[in-house]
Amino acid sequence: MAVRQQGELKVWQRRERGKQFAIWGAWLAGVAVFAYCWRLISEKTIWMFVTDAPRQAVDLAERMVPPKWEYMAKLWLPLWDTLNIATLGTVMALIIAVPVAFCAARNTTPSVIFVRPVALFIIVSSRSINSLVWALMLVTIIGPGVVAGILAIGFRSIGFCAKLLYEAIEEIDEKQVEAVTATGAAGGQVLAFGIVPQIMPAFAGISIFRWDINIRESTVLGLVGAGGIGLQLDASISTLAWTQVSVILLAILATVIVSEWVSAKVRHAII
Amino acid sequence: MLRLEKLVKRYRTGDLALTGIDLEVPGGQVMALIGPSGAGKSTLIRCVNRLVEPTSGRVFLGDTEITGLSKGQLRLARRRMGMIFQEYALVERLTVMENVLSGRLGYTGFWRSYFRKFPQRDINEAFRLLERVSLDHMADKRADELSGGQRQRVGIARALIQEPELLLVDEPTASLDPKTSRQIMRLICELCEERELAAIINIHDVLLAEMFAERIVGLQAGTIVYDGPPDRLGPDVLTTIYGEEDWTATIDKVDEDELTEEELRERERLMSRAS
Repeated sequence: MAVRQQGELKVWQRRERGKQFAIWGAWLAGVAVFAYCWRLISEKTIWMFVTDAPRQAVDLAERMVPPKWEYMAKLWLPLWDTLNIATLGTVMALIIAVPVAFCAARNTTPSVIFVRPVALFIIVSSRSINSLVWALMLVTIIGPGVVAGILAIGFRSIGFCAKLLYEAIEEIDEKQVEAVTATGAAGGQVLAFGIVPQIMPAFAGISIFRWDINIRESTVLGLVGAGGIGLQLDASISTLAWTQVSVILLAILATVIVSEWVSAKVRHAII
Repeated sequence: MLRLEKLVKRYRTGDLALTGIDLEVPGGQVMALIGPSGAGKSTLIRCVNRLVEPTSGRVFLGDTEITGLSKGQLRLARRRMGMIFQEYALVERLTVMENVLSGRLGYTGFWRSYFRKFPQRDINEAFRLLERVSLDHMADKRADELSGGQRQRVGIARALIQEPELLLVDEPTASLDPKTSRQIMRLICELCEERELAAIINIHDVLLAEMFAERIVGLQAGTIVYDGPPDRLGPDVLTTIYGEEDWTATIDKVDEDELTEEELRERERLMSRAS
């Protein structure tokens, strides 16, 4: 904010002149960097392939229709596996995430110096590894199959759920906790009466949100052998069976739509 | 009943909230604690049940020295002190009944309370108290569905079901309209009389304090500057507590529309005394 005297008038402008010039300069630099990067990328692109892209896409789409509907009969079981991987993985993650979250939240952790850093480390390490990478490692450790998928989804989700939950715990209304403490309640009772009711909506929201994400993530886990419909997707792509690929993609789309619908319903019921 | 000896509280920021308070509240006495914001009223009552740890000094409840208790013993002592809060501090997502019963947590084991299996005796008492504060039809409502006055009545029932000997009341009327404020204060005082409870009521509405308390203690910057009956509380005393101000005007501020005939007469009586 800049105010300056101009004779009798007091003139107000949003910014000082120097600051305004600095902002223009920053925009100019940004545009220049963009133009330079564009040139670099352009030099390393074979434009013939890019201009060819629409034709290639149409060609691929033509090979994908009509979808080979009878292939669906072989997809029900993998689809069921995919759902199970997502659901069981989410449940496993929640069971571990809840105590981790309470240890990570500043206001409930047993020790800020010793326990909290450990809990935060669990959260960060779980979050920093993508579930596909978790699956890759787990397949080599415990072999291919649904169990590897469940564990991969579970490990990846611990950090996500625990982080959101501990943030919710830190945001609770301390007065309600104080009131329960003042009655002479023990530690566990303060938790059950003062804190848990306050974080229940967040907990339900987080679980259903993560389940929704996990359904989408578990559809690709099969690509690395961790069970589910991704296995069929991988097989169909490598044998160039494009009409099967289209059926699989449609099946995944339908599943995701259903899960979106379910989570929207549940979220609506909680709030 | 309650005795504070040289109670000092210094916050970690270095602020001295209480500077050696000596205070004795006999059984059955309703005492109002008045003073400007930041005078240490909240700190004082929170030091009594050690929601805030006093820096030094001693607090006695009957023969028990609260300040010397271990964690487990402190829990047992807290059962003897009911607390009522500004803005009610109900657990918003629990029902009225659960909120009232939470006053029994100190007497109930963890699993029984977790599964809400409170003894029938407590449930009877909860219904009786809800009836006493005229909320028996609301037992199944969630706390966040209630109006301010109703919530504070649930808060009162929660404190009373502890069967306390002392009530610690922190600004019970701060977020209520003038009429509801009076009703709540009247209810608290009636209940104290019925049960022969002692009470410390933090309140910044001087008029309400004068109307309902039998003893007034004025706190200023962590020191007691007035201790006496309400009828000695003239403009000069208010000036020592709060600072220079035209005190007849403060009393005038209460919204006239909200007052009944009887309350208007009462106010005129108080105003003539103040001038």
